[in-house]
Amino acid sequence: MVTGLLLAVVVGAIILSVRFGAVPYGTTDVLAALAGQGDETTRTIVRDLRLPRALLASFVGGGLALAGAAFQALLRNPLAEPYILGVSGGAAVGAVIAIAAGAASAGSWALPLMALAGALLAVVLVFRIAAAAAPTLDVRVLLLAGVVVAAFFNACIMLVLSVSEAAAVRSAVLWMMGSLAGAGWSTVLIAAAYTLPCGIVLVGLARALNLLAIGEETASYLGTDTNRIKRIVYAVASLVTAAGVAVAGVIGFVGLIVPHAVRMVAGSDHRVLLPASFAAGAAFLTLADLLARTVWAPTELPIGVITAFVGVPFFLALLGRGLSR
Amino acid sequence: MTFETRNLTVRYPRSAGPALSSVTLSTPAHSLCAVLGPNGSGKSTLMRALLGVAPISGGEALVDGVPVDRWARRDLARLVGAVPQNESVAFPLSVRELVAMGRYPHLGPLRAEGDVDRQAIDRALERCEISELARRSVTTLSGGELQLARIARALAQEPRGLALDEPTASLDVHHEMAIFELLRDFAATGITILLVTHSLNLAARFADHLLLLHRGKVVAQGKPQEVLDADILERVYRWRVAVREDPLAGGAPQVTPLSLRTSRAPTASA
Repeated sequence: MVTGLLLAVVVGAIILSVRFGAVPYGTTDVLAALAGQGDETTRTIVRDLRLPRALLASFVGGGLALAGAAFQALLRNPLAEPYILGVSGGAAVGAVIAIAAGAASAGSWALPLMALAGALLAVVLVFRIAAAAAPTLDVRVLLLAGVVVAAFFNACIMLVLSVSEAAAVRSAVLWMMGSLAGAGWSTVLIAAAYTLPCGIVLVGLARALNLLAIGEETASYLGTDTNRIKRIVYAVASLVTAAGVAVAGVIGFVGLIVPHAVRMVAGSDHRVLLPASFAAGAAFLTLADLLARTVWAPTELPIGVITAFVGVPFFLALLGRGLSR
Repeated sequence: MTFETRNLTVRYPRSAGPALSSVTLSTPAHSLCAVLGPNGSGKSTLMRALLGVAPISGGEALVDGVPVDRWARRDLARLVGAVPQNESVAFPLSVRELVAMGRYPHLGPLRAEGDVDRQAIDRALERCEISELARRSVTTLSGGELQLARIARALAQEPRGLALDEPTASLDVHHEMAIFELLRDFAATGITILLVTHSLNLAARFADHLLLLHRGKVVAQGKPQEVLDADILERVYRWRVAVREDPLAGGAPQVTPLSLRTSRAPTASA
């Protein structure tokens, strides 16, 4: 029910996002353009710029919120978010190297590919470190391994930036703030290809995640193969995050606050929480991107600024509620 | 349904000695077996070994006659419900949701709860007398209510055996007695129960079979009258005790720890 409602909101957000921008269009113009009618400029703007951008925002936002909810259950830590285990650090190293090498200015596949490679490297590295320390994949060790790997990648980024030219530093910093400006049908396809199958797997594991959230020992006694579940959840949530970072940079707060907001409204049952987080994250990021494009038009604000400006007060309120209880 | 160990030895990695050495236990079906012993004597380890989560380095742990490592987790969970000592609920959850988790081993990944499951949940709530708490968040429960909810969850698994690790630790007299009487009823309806506890006196009253562990080894086992011997208990707990059969406790032996400060009468007042 909640998820259905939220999906309707997503559709609404996408429609709004396609209608408004530097040039606002009426709904009839948009529908005409989608049907292949109307003038050519409108068709190009609607079909090749705004629609893929709105869809990308939906997949990335939904994916991040979904991964955030999964990591919070896996690590049994309400402060967990998709970037906590170093995926974003790895992606950023790949992206910064691509930018510093001048490969990004070509506007080609190089930047997302390098970011994806860096993210996947981080995923494998963190898993190998954690699995070597504890064969049963202790989530506390996993968390420590992630934090250490993230710190290492951070140092790598600073090293590369310190020897880069000013222009490259600027575009690297902008990339790290996150942006959906690079949206095109190819990036939409990448994001969808990772997010949708991984999302289905996670929703299939929702009941097991409910059990993991109350403790691994209890989960085993209730019939869960905890080792297998932990590995799958780690891999799948990391892949979703990696794809999101690769195509849109590091967009903060979506993966942290959206699952919490959904939990407050719809409860902690992952069978509802996961799909609802996906839908809420999709709607939230689509609307945030609309704001980023329009409030200061024609200048486009980094989307991370919008998500943080909305996210920080929300999170403070959440903390206050938690403290007063 | 039976719990059984034969010369069971458990050694945790990176620890000096074994946590259990050569423990042999057999519980008759439909009985309540209490595992006693000082802190660190291996009680929880014995339970964990029988539930397949402790590293067995020698001997066997058998559940219903089958070595525990041959059970698939899901099948074992349909046979044995367990209430471990520690469990923290990271996210708020209603009592009913907590109890409903007991249905997990009976459900496929995508199958929703059916009438059979809802009835099992309702029955478990009723038997533990917490039906009226069903909608409450588990984070608002008292310690005693939470333990009852966790026992109800194990019951919702519709198991033929139950294993509980100190279910009455730090509970008041009311909840302590309520839980022991509940377990007694379960055993009477055909559930075999393995109970780890520090309550010597309640174990003596309610259990059919006692197992006393000390430093990972069995010191005594058998009927309460055989195991609760003052000399044995003094050696194991390193404290002087007196044991008397108490008619108020149905004639079961009751243990009174004695004061080490020589015979100061409790009524003495200067």
